[in-house]
Amino acid sequence: MTDALHALGYSEVLGTRVGKYIRLELSAADESAVAKRVDEMCRRLLCNGVIEDYSFEIVPRAI
Amino acid sequence: MNATPTASELREIALTEQEYHRAIEILGRTPNRLELGMLGAMWSEHCSYKTSKPLLRQLPSEGSSVVLGPGENAGVVDLGDDLLCCFKIESHNHPSAIEPVQGAATGVGGILRDVFAMGARPVALLDAIRFGEPTDPLQRHRFARVVEGIGFYGNCIGVPTVGGETYFDQAYAGNCLVNAMCVGIARRDQLVRAVAAGAGNPVLLVGADTGRDGIHGATFASVQLDDSAEERRPAVQVGNPFLEKCLLEACLELCGHEALIGLQDCGAAGLTSSCAEMAHRGRVGIEIDVAKVSRREQGMTPYEVMLSESQERMVLVVAKGREAEVQSVFDRWQLRSDVIGSVIASPELRILDSGVEVGSLPLEVLVDGFLERYPVACPPEFVNEASREEPLLLNPPWSLEESWLRLLMSPNCANSNWTYRQYDHQVGDDTVVGPGGDAAVLRFKGRPDGIAMTVDGAHRSTVLYPRLGTQLAVAEAIRNLAVVGAEPLAITNCLNFGDPDQPEVMWQLTEAVGGLAEAAQALAIPVVSGNVSLYNDYRGTGIPPTPVIGMVGRVKCPGAAPGVGFRKVGEQVVVLGSAEAVLTGSEYQRLAQGRVAGPPPKLELVAEAAAAKAVCELVGRGLLSSAHDLALGGLAVTLAECCVAGGLGASVELAYSSPSDPPPGWAHGALFGETAGSYLVSLPAESLPTLNDLCVRHGVGWRRIGEVGGALIEVSGLATISLEQAMVANRDALSTMMARS
Amino acid sequence: MSFRFGIAVFPGTWSDRDCAHAVGRAGGEAVFLWHAEKDLKGADCVILPGGFAHGDYLRAGAIARFAPLMEAVTDHARSGGLVLGICNGFQILCEAGLLPGALLRNRDLQFRCQDTTLLVEPADSPFLAGIPVGSRLNVPISHGQGRYFADPMMLANLEEGKQVALRYCSPAGELGDAHNPNGSLSHIAGIVNRGGNVLGMMPHPERACEPLLGSEDGLRLFSSVTTGLVAAGR
Repeated sequence: MTDALHALGYSEVLGTRVGKYIRLELSAADESAVAKRVDEMCRRLLCNGVIEDYSFEIVPRAI
Repeated sequence: MNATPTASELREIALTEQEYHRAIEILGRTPNRLELGMLGAMWSEHCSYKTSKPLLRQLPSEGSSVVLGPGENAGVVDLGDDLLCCFKIESHNHPSAIEPVQGAATGVGGILRDVFAMGARPVALLDAIRFGEPTDPLQRHRFARVVEGIGFYGNCIGVPTVGGETYFDQAYAGNCLVNAMCVGIARRDQLVRAVAAGAGNPVLLVGADTGRDGIHGATFASVQLDDSAEERRPAVQVGNPFLEKCLLEACLELCGHEALIGLQDCGAAGLTSSCAEMAHRGRVGIEIDVAKVSRREQGMTPYEVMLSESQERMVLVVAKGREAEVQSVFDRWQLRSDVIGSVIASPELRILDSGVEVGSLPLEVLVDGFLERYPVACPPEFVNEASREEPLLLNPPWSLEESWLRLLMSPNCANSNWTYRQYDHQVGDDTVVGPGGDAAVLRFKGRPDGIAMTVDGAHRSTVLYPRLGTQLAVAEAIRNLAVVGAEPLAITNCLNFGDPDQPEVMWQLTEAVGGLAEAAQALAIPVVSGNVSLYNDYRGTGIPPTPVIGMVGRVKCPGAAPGVGFRKVGEQVVVLGSAEAVLTGSEYQRLAQGRVAGPPPKLELVAEAAAAKAVCELVGRGLLSSAHDLALGGLAVTLAECCVAGGLGASVELAYSSPSDPPPGWAHGALFGETAGSYLVSLPAESLPTLNDLCVRHGVGWRRIGEVGGALIEVSGLATISLEQAMVANRDALSTMMARS
Repeated sequence: MSFRFGIAVFPGTWSDRDCAHAVGRAGGEAVFLWHAEKDLKGADCVILPGGFAHGDYLRAGAIARFAPLMEAVTDHARSGGLVLGICNGFQILCEAGLLPGALLRNRDLQFRCQDTTLLVEPADSPFLAGIPVGSRLNVPISHGQGRYFADPMMLANLEEGKQVALRYCSPAGELGDAHNPNGSLSHIAGIVNRGGNVLGMMPHPERACEPLLGSEDGLRLFSSVTTGLVAAGR
């Protein structure tokens, strides 16, 4: 990817990392409970700890 | 809202003013917007074949082995002992020029559905693809992305891609060609028809949700490309091979099930064409309630639902009361299935929206109401001049050796390993000869016989000689089958042409179809399916006429194919067939002079058939150590390919047949001239008498030209290169070229 | 009584029938195991075949590992039962934690379908019983995501524990980047678990089960277990 950008003239790029953006819509009352559950989801399914790491952000939505 | 549509609205649905008025006339009223959209799609060239149908009628489609000719999803031939072969080729040119990955992928997806909609399990895929010169990064990009798309779909769904053809030429720079062919196998009792029957029987839609993708894809394929084509990106569908795999398994489980009356895939013009065609074939009608169609997007209008070309959907007609049985199969494969309507007695396509009728058209009008077209056909001026031109060889640009190496490493002659190693060509455990040979061979488990297949596109000289050029493509296919020991069974064809409203293009089309009909008739090989892709133009310039021939043959012994490479030092190198080699129209001429001029090789269909029979018998009897058809680049390139494949050099002699001195340029002709009806084979010296007897019996000429062995590839007195040089030039050419991307 | 192979079928699997064919040629009996059921149908050895289970959604094998069938497969593996994961099956075994490591995209970022030569390593496993260490097997690969990866500690454990079963090599048996088609760490093509009863490999032995198809070397992995069991007097 870095090479491709360089080929297009963006020589200022020093490095690239490609990841996944996953959006989950959840119904829940309590934000801290949600955080615990989402963390579990990441560890059990959404992220493979051998080759990936993860971070997440919880955004409350008005009904 | 029945206001007269504007010119641009008509253009969007690709109806001419004349067609619009005809619709009003035969309906006896003005169609509403939904009805107009459906008419536009069904009357488009892609769906109606209004310009090509009058010509295609001359193609012979009958024969003792034909079970089903053109007209349904795919052609079907009999393989004997209860087994049928179902195959077809289709184009996806316009979408691939805009979005090469998804365009190519969905092209593969579409042709797979055409085959399993008949109840046949797809067992092989082949692709004929064409691009502009790869010195241009855009062309390399398109090529790489199309290969990626083909691999993406074929590999994921688990059908092996076993063959194909790639060709580069400036003429395809604005319009790439992507023709996908699929071969499937079915037991006789599994064959399903795409027909609706029985008023009251439910109509089901299964598979993917319906979205807005591909709306007006059929019409998009029926008009020229221009710079606004980029904006038409939504008209390129997106494929999901995993979903199609589940759909394939579920449909195959249901084939032969009594409750299944008819099955049709949703392709060009989506629900409209699937329902209209099924109903029309059954002489009934269909009523659909669009509210029952499961959608992927919000706020879709009935127009959008009926014209969506979302992929991976099938339409079924099921016996009333037995929906649950059928739907349980789809449930198990985690596929959505909905009853969206029913068969009705009145022969019309009636569209409701939550029970309220929003449109209705008699099927006679919708499916058959279009007017066949007979544009003027007239050969272009330059044909008469260029046909007479002889290439001047007094100042060849390169030495014989250099010409040889340049041809070997040219993209059109180079080894195609870079391409096919990206395709799974083994899944199914039936591939005996995979990509890289002349034809692919698959065996049938539990039976001694097998099936062979090839796809061959016409060469550049077809622009001057469309009739002969098309026949030469048929001949090449026959030769490719012969070297693996296969007898031709049937043809599928994809006709890629420019704008038929230009008289010379219509002339090309007329000549090409005429040529195909003549060859198919003379050789007794029926044309059982095919596709026509017109309007392959960019900014007013069209592609050269490019008929692509897909051919399937029966192989008595799949393991008998000897392969292209020489096997043993000391074996004899023989040329079979005695046609004259010519430089006009050859790949050498194209490379050396940047143009194609003069007549292509002569073709004698009777001699071609005889030579093929002879080679087929030689292969079947295990007499040959190697067999390769003489093709692009002439004898020198073919010889080098046999050496490189076998890892052995060879020493041959090409003698000038008269006692006087050969004319200037003779050596070039002998080495790089191309020909029809010729093969390069190798065999042990002691088998020569048997070969002779066999050739005499078939009336085929042959001549021994040399011997296998050594580290050189030598045409004595003319040119010599080393085996090493040939290997490096030929094997790595594509990889090197593509590494520049 | 014939040795029974249970071949898992997930939506998107496609080498199940090929595995059944190879099993037949090795003298074994094949039954198919539907992903949604926990029934192993008395299989002596479970095969997780190649394909694109669940479309490789999220990650290859990530969803398949949660299938009801996999609970039964895990129990079977943990009590010493034989499990062979091929290509997508290897990916599923890694996701399920039955084997260490993970499979990444090929080094050249392209799908590769080609013949490879595999060097048989000293791993102790019924699948390799009867194949001398150092043998070279001609078995094809066909994958876009076959680059084996494990962190340095995991890798060291594997090598120390003699858990590497197969490595990519040249036809003469040499190891090197030139003979490694996908960039796998340490040229690893297949590994076993500690007990040696679970083998995961990226190449397709079921495609090298007949001379007509190009090679019969893959058959030896199946016959190792069918004949091994017969010899053990079951």
